[in-house]
Amino acid sequence: MNNFKVMMNGIVKENPTFVLLLGMCPTLGTTSSAVNGMGMGLATLFVLVCSNVVISAIKNLIPDMVRIPSFIVVIASFVTLLQMIMQAYVPALYATLGLFIPLIVVNCIVLGRAEAFAAKNGPIPSLFDGLGMGLGFTIALTLLGAVRELLGTGKIFSVGLLPEQYGMLLFVLAPGAFIALGYLIALINKLKANN
Amino acid sequence: MEYILIFISAIFVNNIVLSQFLGICPFLGVSKKVDTALGMSAAVAFVLTIATIVTFLIQKYVLDAFNLGYLQTITFILVIAALVQMVEIILKKVSPSLYQALGVFLPLITTNCCILGVAILVIQKDYNLLTGVVYAFSTAIGFGLALTLFAGLREQMSLVNIPKGMKGTPIALITAGLLAMAFMGFSGVVKI
Repeated sequence: MNNFKVMMNGIVKENPTFVLLLGMCPTLGTTSSAVNGMGMGLATLFVLVCSNVVISAIKNLIPDMVRIPSFIVVIASFVTLLQMIMQAYVPALYATLGLFIPLIVVNCIVLGRAEAFAAKNGPIPSLFDGLGMGLGFTIALTLLGAVRELLGTGKIFSVGLLPEQYGMLLFVLAPGAFIALGYLIALINKLKANN
Repeated sequence: MEYILIFISAIFVNNIVLSQFLGICPFLGVSKKVDTALGMSAAVAFVLTIATIVTFLIQKYVLDAFNLGYLQTITFILVIAALVQMVEIILKKVSPSLYQALGVFLPLITTNCCILGVAILVIQKDYNLLTGVVYAFSTAIGFGLALTLFAGLREQMSLVNIPKGMKGTPIALITAGLLAMAFMGFSGVVKI
């Protein structure tokens, strides 16, 4: 029950994108469509869960002074692993996400959770924290990707919903990312204020 | 000529923040005042140029030479982290005034994804050392330009009345969107 709470905390109350505003670069850079956003979210989820579990398992072996560099090495190893897996099994997605896959290393969410949660809790709660945060991030990216895809091309997950000529190309391009995310956060602030 | 094209392209056409989405965290985080924005830009320019030179040499003479390409991500992030630390220590000794100006921003730079991003991009684009340095430096100028412009806009914005739900991040993001739209006007000026 407690683990479930930890997980829901990452998805709703402390959603990394909409509430904590962490990891903005991949959020804006990879959400030109719902599929890309979801791919990026799942890739981050993988690294987040693995690094959280490993870091919480070895936290007592690491001297406090070299804590951060050690965390970064653990995270970077999993990112390298992920790069190899994605190159082998989903080369098309790997090519689209491009630079943002190695950049998961410097994603503040991953290091942030390692420092704020995994370094203080056991492996099992850390697993659920990683799952929750990763799912929260995936949901946020998929949502933003879906909004941008719908406004930009009239489709969601490549399923046509609106006639194509109503698409506003702007939302697929760079400025649309900022504007769509701005309005989404405003909407969520509004919903929270009403509750 | 090639260098001038890279210079213009990296600043205006493919601006690192507004069209490539790297370095968004400092872009949103330290853009409340023009002074701090300038300090951050200078620190980024300094570290980015040095980091690109060091990572380039490591890629060519260590990773490529020993066929260790798959270690790129781990090596680069560690090198950058160590480098930032070293720059901080050296600057403290050699130029205390410069350290005072940049000091606060240096630790923040390790997690600035434009440093690692540019280091990887230079390798991916197969630049030589000089082109890579020009590219890194122009990218940093582009980052500084976007950050300073944005900080100026936000300083003005703090004086006006903004609807309650839009306060803070949402309005900042929408402003950034408009700035990105303005920079889109440069697209097609230089083709590389």
